[in-house]
Amino acid sequence: MTENNFWLKKIEINVSEAEKRTGRNAMNMQETYTAYLIETRSVEHTDGQSVLTDSLWRRYSEFELLRNYLLVYYPHIVVPPLPEKRAEFVWHKLSADNMDPDFVERRRIGLENFLLRVASHPILCRDKIFYLFLTQEGNWKETVNETGFQLKADSRLKALNATFRVKNPDKRFTELKHYSDELQSVISHLLRVRARVADRLYGVYKVHGNYGRVFSEWSAIEKEMGDGLQSAGHHMDVYASSIDDILEDEEHYADQLKEYLFYAEALRAVCRKHELMQYDLEMAAQDLASKKQQCEELATGTVRTFSLKGMTTKLFGQETPEQREARIKVLEEQISEGEQQLKSKNLEGREFVKNAWADIERFKEQKNRDLKEALISYAVMQISMCKKGIQVWTNAKECFSKM
Amino acid sequence: MEGERLASQARSSGLPAGGATGESPGVDAPLLGSSGSSALLQAEVLDLDEDEDDLEVFSKDASLMDMNSFSPMMPTSPLSMINQVKFEDEPDLKDLFITVDEPESHVTTIETFITYRIITKTSRGEFDSSEFEVRRRYQDFLWLKGKLEEAHPTLIIPPLPEKFIVKGMVERFNDDFIETRRKALQKFLNRIADHPTLTFNEDFKVFLTAQAWELSSHKKQGPGLLSRMGQTVRAVALSMRGVKSRPEEFMEMNNFIEIFSQKINLIDKISQRIYKEEREYSDEMKEYGPIHVLWSASEEDLVDSLRGVARCLDQCCKATEKRMSGLSEALLPAVHEYVLYSEMVMGVMKRRDQIQAELDSKVEALTYKKADTDLLIEEIGKLEDKVECANNALKADWERWKHNMQNDIKSAFTDMAEENIHYYEQEQIVDFLQLQND
Repeated sequence: MTENNFWLKKIEINVSEAEKRTGRNAMNMQETYTAYLIETRSVEHTDGQSVLTDSLWRRYSEFELLRNYLLVYYPHIVVPPLPEKRAEFVWHKLSADNMDPDFVERRRIGLENFLLRVASHPILCRDKIFYLFLTQEGNWKETVNETGFQLKADSRLKALNATFRVKNPDKRFTELKHYSDELQSVISHLLRVRARVADRLYGVYKVHGNYGRVFSEWSAIEKEMGDGLQSAGHHMDVYASSIDDILEDEEHYADQLKEYLFYAEALRAVCRKHELMQYDLEMAAQDLASKKQQCEELATGTVRTFSLKGMTTKLFGQETPEQREARIKVLEEQISEGEQQLKSKNLEGREFVKNAWADIERFKEQKNRDLKEALISYAVMQISMCKKGIQVWTNAKECFSKM
Repeated sequence: MEGERLASQARSSGLPAGGATGESPGVDAPLLGSSGSSALLQAEVLDLDEDEDDLEVFSKDASLMDMNSFSPMMPTSPLSMINQVKFEDEPDLKDLFITVDEPESHVTTIETFITYRIITKTSRGEFDSSEFEVRRRYQDFLWLKGKLEEAHPTLIIPPLPEKFIVKGMVERFNDDFIETRRKALQKFLNRIADHPTLTFNEDFKVFLTAQAWELSSHKKQGPGLLSRMGQTVRAVALSMRGVKSRPEEFMEMNNFIEIFSQKINLIDKISQRIYKEEREYSDEMKEYGPIHVLWSASEEDLVDSLRGVARCLDQCCKATEKRMSGLSEALLPAVHEYVLYSEMVMGVMKRRDQIQAELDSKVEALTYKKADTDLLIEEIGKLEDKVECANNALKADWERWKHNMQNDIKSAFTDMAEENIHYYEQEQIVDFLQLQND
């Protein structure tokens, strides 16, 4: 956590609880939703003790609102993603139900992670709306909407158009876009296969549980083998049930990867903004150039470019010198305005590129750190799984050999 | 060797193993005798007394008594007797080694079938040579089994692999199917070779040694198909009766085998299912590793970590394959054999019940009919002996079978546990290395 305008001390943020609620939605219909308790604590420098300063309840849609706001006001920032709206990459046993307690629990952790990421971002943490999100329960939604951020948002259509038509985007952004596409594709694939592998692994473990039951029944008729069978059966049950914890841990690993899957989209958003700005710039420059040319033609009397005026002149007769002068004047004004605009757009564009790229570098370092850590934790999980396996089967083997 | 164990017990107690239920030694101790009619043998059994202790050395269990007169129970040459002594004194000396291999497809106008090469190596005197090589097909195995069952109705004959497996494989000549069958056939022959009584069966010897034409002509001897069928019908009728008068110990046996059969069938299904799940797991894992390699292509800083994980996952895949092959080589065939074995044992119990029922029906006839009393009494006498022998044979063989079952199951599951331990140890090593690299 960093210090900022709104908090004088270091803060800790926890999304500590989740609660089912019922209420009425916008269409006045009954609905059930989950609310999450956000607790903010300030940490005293001297003794590290933390004091609860704020605590309020928010639901997922409010988190979405916050994020959308941040996307509009900080287009040069790679805005941290939210945990998934609906359960995806689900393997057989996991439910895809949003009300499922395991899903809610994982979402709680994801939301906490989101808030921590925002709070630790050098720029985002200073945002007032973010501050209010953590401190002002009632009326926050109205406050956000009052900023009118929805109006400021770029239309999707505009953005798409720019992506196709832009001529000279910064090469780094083009590469970044390719990278984020690859990242998204590979992580999706990985998560899909992981889900299938988890499913199969679950099957292998659980079938062994059947041994437990049958051994136990069989042991009833055996004199010498009975004890060995019975205790071996018990170990088979232990083995079968051990998979539940193992896969729960793996689910957290999957969530870490998912975060970066969604981060890919955030990266693309920054690239899109750049393309939009660049396209805008290119269009403005083009427009200016064409006006200059028109002006020149009018002044010199040569007509090189097609214009409606030119056509009508041909058809209906030349215009008077006064008319021409008037037109030149208008154009010159427009040109002057255009030049100003172009200058400021250029400046804006360069600022954007500079700031965006700084954040992207920050993001890259964060990503490398996080993913490396995640991969290590995956290896650790595998090792722990092996240890458990060795223990169970060693016990089972002992029982078998005593039969 | 199981035969040796029985014999040594016989040495110490003067009783065949499993027969220690208070019956007098004289009745139960088997006798070395020259081949002759079963009636003669029975008479000898009744006459046995302690003077013939030295004959225990050559004793087999009482199951010898129920062999048909065509098969000599004991080899009579001195050389063979010496071999037998050796066989019982030194437990590790096996004198009959059989392998089944080289499945070959034969195509005729009528049918296609597979033959297997059977190689027998032996030091026994009654075999004309020390090594034999013959080719047999599944039908021949069926014939052998039938003959053994005929000769020893209350001995537990080892099971043959099924004719065909209904579910799963449709093609009869699928490679896996042939290999599984080959292993099972080899097991079948070796189990017979290890059985103290069956190993000396004449048909068994013919099976192992005769050339194709010799076998054909040998097969034509003996009771025909029709008579066997007739016996079956009678048998079913009688078996119902036999159940009612079943002695306590056989009731216990029957209860055991019924429950055992249930359980072993379940275990067979479970084990097959585990194999299937592991196969599917392995298939998915094959895709898992390469994705990480693909990812490493777009990450500069994470290349090592990602490739490391990919390596781990590939190793895991290989380890799973090994675990699976362990299953299919050891546990699955062992468990499946006992599924079939339990059916055999239930068949044996039925046959014992039939023999008992025959006796009971004659006894009943005696009670109600006055005619031919003397004849009936004589028949009853014979049948009583027959029942006695059958019971003893079964008891002894039962103990032997149970003992084997215990060992086989124990060893199969212990091996499986070992495979699993090995699997996790391998995985763990690879993961540790990966961790170190990070």
